[in-house]
Amino acid sequence: MIEREEVRHVARLARLALSDAEVDRMAIELAGVLEHIATIEQLDLEGVPPTSHVVSVENALRPDVPRPSLPRERALESGPQVLDDGFAVPSPQA
Amino acid sequence: MSAVELEPVIGLEIHVQLATATKMFCGCALSFGEPPNTRTCAVCLGLPGALPVVNERAIHYGLMIGMALGSQLAPRSIFHRKNYFYPDLPKGYQISQYDEPLCVGGELAGVRIHRVHLEEDAAKLIHLGASGRIHGSELSVVDFNRGGTPLVEIVTEPDLHSPAQAREWLELLRATLRALGVSDVNMDEGSLRADANVSLRPAGSDTLGTKTELKNMNSFRYLERGVAAEIERQRAIIDGGGEVEQETFHFDPSSGALTALRSKEDAQDYRYFPEPDLVPIATTEAMLAAARAAMPELPSARAQRLARECGLSAERAHQLAFHVELGDLFERALAADPAHPRRLADWITGELVARLGEREPVQTRLEPAALAALVALVADGTITTAAGREVLDALLAEGGDPAAIVAERGLQALADEDGLAEIVARAIAADPDAAEQVRSGNAKAIGALIGPIMRETRGRADGGELTRLIHAALGIAEER
Amino acid sequence: MSSLIALSAAQAVAAVRSGELDAAELFEAYRARAGADELNAYVWVAERAPATAGGPLAGVPLAVKDLFCTEGVPSQSGSRILEGYRPPYDATVVARLAAAGAPLLGKTNQDEFAMGSSTENSGFGPVRNPWDRTRVPGGSSGGSAAAVAARSAPWALGTDTGGSIRQPAALCGIVGLKPTYGAVSRYGMIAFASSLDQAGPLTRDVTDAALLFGQMVGPRDPCDSTSLEYPGAIERPTREDLAGLRLGVPAELTGEGIEPGVLEAFEATLELARTLGASVEPCALPHARHALAAYYLIAPAEASSNLARFDGVRYGYRASGAEDLLTMYTRTRHDGFGAEVKRRIMLGTYALSSGYYDAYYGRAQRVRTKIAEDFATAFERFDLIVTPTAPSVAFPLGSKTADPVAMYLNDFCTVPMSLAGIPAISIPCALATAPEGGPPLPVGFQLAGPPFSENLLLGAAFALERALGFDGSRAAEGGP
Ligand SMILES: [Mg+2]
Ligand SMILES: [Zn+2]
Repeated sequence: MIEREEVRHVARLARLALSDAEVDRMAIELAGVLEHIATIEQLDLEGVPPTSHVVSVENALRPDVPRPSLPRERALESGPQVLDDGFAVPSPQA
Repeated sequence: MSAVELEPVIGLEIHVQLATATKMFCGCALSFGEPPNTRTCAVCLGLPGALPVVNERAIHYGLMIGMALGSQLAPRSIFHRKNYFYPDLPKGYQISQYDEPLCVGGELAGVRIHRVHLEEDAAKLIHLGASGRIHGSELSVVDFNRGGTPLVEIVTEPDLHSPAQAREWLELLRATLRALGVSDVNMDEGSLRADANVSLRPAGSDTLGTKTELKNMNSFRYLERGVAAEIERQRAIIDGGGEVEQETFHFDPSSGALTALRSKEDAQDYRYFPEPDLVPIATTEAMLAAARAAMPELPSARAQRLARECGLSAERAHQLAFHVELGDLFERALAADPAHPRRLADWITGELVARLGEREPVQTRLEPAALAALVALVADGTITTAAGREVLDALLAEGGDPAAIVAERGLQALADEDGLAEIVARAIAADPDAAEQVRSGNAKAIGALIGPIMRETRGRADGGELTRLIHAALGIAEER
Repeated sequence: MSSLIALSAAQAVAAVRSGELDAAELFEAYRARAGADELNAYVWVAERAPATAGGPLAGVPLAVKDLFCTEGVPSQSGSRILEGYRPPYDATVVARLAAAGAPLLGKTNQDEFAMGSSTENSGFGPVRNPWDRTRVPGGSSGGSAAAVAARSAPWALGTDTGGSIRQPAALCGIVGLKPTYGAVSRYGMIAFASSLDQAGPLTRDVTDAALLFGQMVGPRDPCDSTSLEYPGAIERPTREDLAGLRLGVPAELTGEGIEPGVLEAFEATLELARTLGASVEPCALPHARHALAAYYLIAPAEASSNLARFDGVRYGYRASGAEDLLTMYTRTRHDGFGAEVKRRIMLGTYALSSGYYDAYYGRAQRVRTKIAEDFATAFERFDLIVTPTAPSVAFPLGSKTADPVAMYLNDFCTVPMSLAGIPAISIPCALATAPEGGPPLPVGFQLAGPPFSENLLLGAAFALERALGFDGSRAAEGGP
C-alpha cells in the first residue's frame, strides 16, 4: 500500500534520516494506519465544505505598534552554535 | 536562424517590503541595519509555543495596493502555510496566502495583475565562506532581524514583451507604490525585489513556451539585462533545435551569467494547508473606506495633471510623475515660485538627473525652493546657464541660497560695461587663425574664440551676447 | 499522608484564606511529595515557593504539563529534542494562573509532543499509574493525571488534542476538563495540532476543576488569534440533581470496542443519572465512527508542520558532526524525535503531500464538518451527550506500544468532541477490572456539551460526583 521509495521521499520532505530498517518498519506501520483511515473513503462528501477552524472569529488583528524585542543574549541563549552574534549552520551553498 | 520570428513573453513576480512600524505577525520593530538578532522575539524566532497575529496596517496597505492596481478586493481571504526547510525560515514554513489571496486580478498600464497577496519575509543568511571553516565545513550565520517583515507579493500575467518594457513597467509600479507610501521601494536595500518568468513563442501565437524563472534582480538595470540575457539563451537553444527546460536561474550582474539554482529532482512540494493559528481576514466596509480615504494621486493621474496644469510635454510629465521623488521636488519647487514650470521641469529632468546618479533629491542638500530660485535667476538673465550649473553643483553639495552663492562667487552674467568687449578683443588677438575662419564664414570656428573667454570669465558671459560682440568686432553683420 | 495533602485544592484555598493554613507550608508539603515522586510524573520540581502568592487561588501550587512554556524553567514537551530548553517567556495561561495565585510546583511528564495515550512515548521515561504501577496512567497528560491522583499535586494543567486530558483523568480516577476550543489561550503551549489543542484542568474533584478553569478563561488573549473571550464567569458548581436534563447516548460510541467492565460502569452511571432526574435516550452521531480516521489525518498533518521548527538551528538538540545542512537537519530530527513522533510526522507529511492532499487532508476536513454538524443536530434534542471516556481501564505498560492502531483506539470516544471543538469533562464513576484480570481500576464517565456550556457540564458533573461518592484517595496510599 505504501512503497519504500515513497517512504524515502516523504522522509526527505520531512527532513528525517531513516535507516533501511526504519524505512521497512515505517512502510508497514503507515500502511496499517492508512488502512484504518481508509474508511473515510466510503463517505459521500460531495458539496461538504472543509473545516479548518471550529471558531468563527474573523479579523483577529493587531495594531501596528512596536513592542520590545528580546535582548540579543536571550535570543541567542539556546542556540546550539552561536557565531558572530548569529545562529551558525552548515552553509546551504556548500 | 529561426524560421519564424520569436516573441518574448515576460511575467513579473514582485516582492514589496511594507513600511509598517512592526513585523507581519509580531510586535518587533522593522530593522534598518541594526546589529544582528536585536529585533527578534518568540514569534519571529519561531520559538516553541509562540503564535502569529496579523498586523492590521499590513492588511490596510495590501488593500491600498489592490485598489491602486484595480484588483478585486476579496471579501474573505486566508493565510496558508508553505512548508519547506531553510535556515532563514524559523518555523519551517512561511505564512503566506495561497488560493484565497487578499486581492485578485487588476491591471496597470496594460499589464494584467494576476494576484496580490500578503506574506512574511525570510531572515538573512550571511555566508561566512572560508573564514567560517570549522572542521572543514563552511558555515553561514542567520540574522533574524529581517525575518517576518511584511511582504506584499504582486504577480503579473505574462503581458510584457521586451526587457525594456519590463523595466519601464516596473518603474511605473515602483512610482505607484511610492506614491501610496506603503513601502520604501528601494531595490538596493531589497524593499522591492523582482523575479521574472521568461519564455519565447512564435510571434503572433497565443500559446506559451516553457518558461524559466529569474530570481533576485536587484536593480532596474539588472532586470533589463537579466531578462535580455535569458531571452538570448532561450533563442540560442530554440535556434539550435533544442528545447528550453523549466529551470530557475540566478542572474549575476558582474559577469552577466545565469546560474541554475535548483535542479529538477529536488522539486519542491510545499504542502500548503490553511494556517490553523490564524483566522480569516474578512474585508469590512470600514477597512475599505479607510483604504479608499488613504489613496493618494497615482502617477498616471499625476502625469495628466502636470501636463494640463503646467503646460509640460507628455514626455516631461511622465518623467516627473513616474519618478515620484522628481515629481515631488518639481511640485515643491513650483509651490515656492510658480513662474517657470517648463524651465523647472527641464532643469530637473536634465541637469539634476545627470548629477543625481543613484541618489534621490532628498539625499542631497538641495532644497526645492532653492532650485526654484536658481531657475528664476537663469530665466531672468541674472546668471548664465553655465553659471547655473555651477550653482546647482553647490546646492547639491552644500545647500544654501542661490542668490547668495552667485554673489559670493561673483557669478553674475557679465555685461558690456564689465569690460566684455576688451576680453573679446584679447581673444581675437590671441587666435588670429580662428578669427580669420569666422570672418570667412566658418560659423563653427567661433567655438575656438568662445572657449577661452568662458574659461577666463568662469562661464559668466552669456553665449549669445559673446557671439554678438565677436561678430561686431570682426565686422560681420548680424543675421536678423 | 499528611492532612495538608488530604485537602482538595478548593479546601486548601479556603483554609489559606481563612488563615488556618500557611500557603508556604502547603507549597513545601507538595514540593517534598513531588520531589519524592516514584511514578516519574515530574520532569522538574520547583526548589522553593515564589515570594508572593495571594489572589483567588491563594498560593495553592500547580503542576504544569511540560509542554507549557515557563520562563527560565525546562519546557521540553516530553522530547529529547528540547532537552534542557528554557524558554524566555511564560505561556499566557501559566502567567494568568500565577497572577491568580497558583505558583508553579513542577513540570509534569507527558507523551512526546503530546502524541500518545499512555505517556510511554515520553523522551524522559514512562509514567506509572498510581492505582497499579505496572500500568499506564493514560496520556498524553499522564504526568499531570498521575501527580493529581497520587496527591503529589493539588491540581494540574494538561492539554487535550484528541483526549489527552480526559483519557488520563479517566485512567487515574480524577476529573479532567477539555474546554471549548478557543476558551483558553494557546500562546506558549508547544503545539501538537493547532486546530485541536486546548488546555484544561486535571483535578481531584469537580469543584476544583471549576475553580481552576475559572481562572484560565476571561478576556481573549491578543497573542492567540484563535482565542475567544469567555462569555460570563465560571460558577462554583452546586447542582444537586439532574432534573430536566436530557442526556443523549450515542450508539456509535457506546458499543463495540468497549471493555465489558467499562460498559457496565457506564450503564450503572446512566441509571444513577435517571434517578437524579435526567432523561436518558439514544442519540445519533452518524459520522462519529469516522472521527478517529479524520483525527489521525488532521492532527499529524498539522503536527508535521508544527514540528518543522525543531531543526537544530535556534534551540534544542543538534546532531554533532554534520558537515552539510541536509545531514544536520535529517540527523538532528532522526536522533531528537522518538518513534511515535516520527511516525506521525511521516503520516502528516504524506497526507499533505502533492497528489494526496485532497484524498486525505482535504477529505478529513470535510468529515470534520460532518461531525460538527452531527453534534449541532444532537444538541437540538439533548442538553448533554454522554459516553465512557476511554474504551478500557488502565492497561499494562508495553501492552500496546507495538501496535499504533490499537493505541490510537484509546481516543475513540474523545476524538469526536475534539474535532467539533466542544467542551467535555471526564469524571471517575466506578472501579472495574480489566478483562484479563488485575486490580479494580477507575472508569471515566464523559459528558459533552455545546460550545461554552462548561457551567452546565460542571454542574451536571458535580451532581453526579456527589451521588457517585467515588473515593480516589486509595491511589495515594502507595506513597508518592
Ligand atoms: Mg512569495
Ligand atoms: Zn518578533
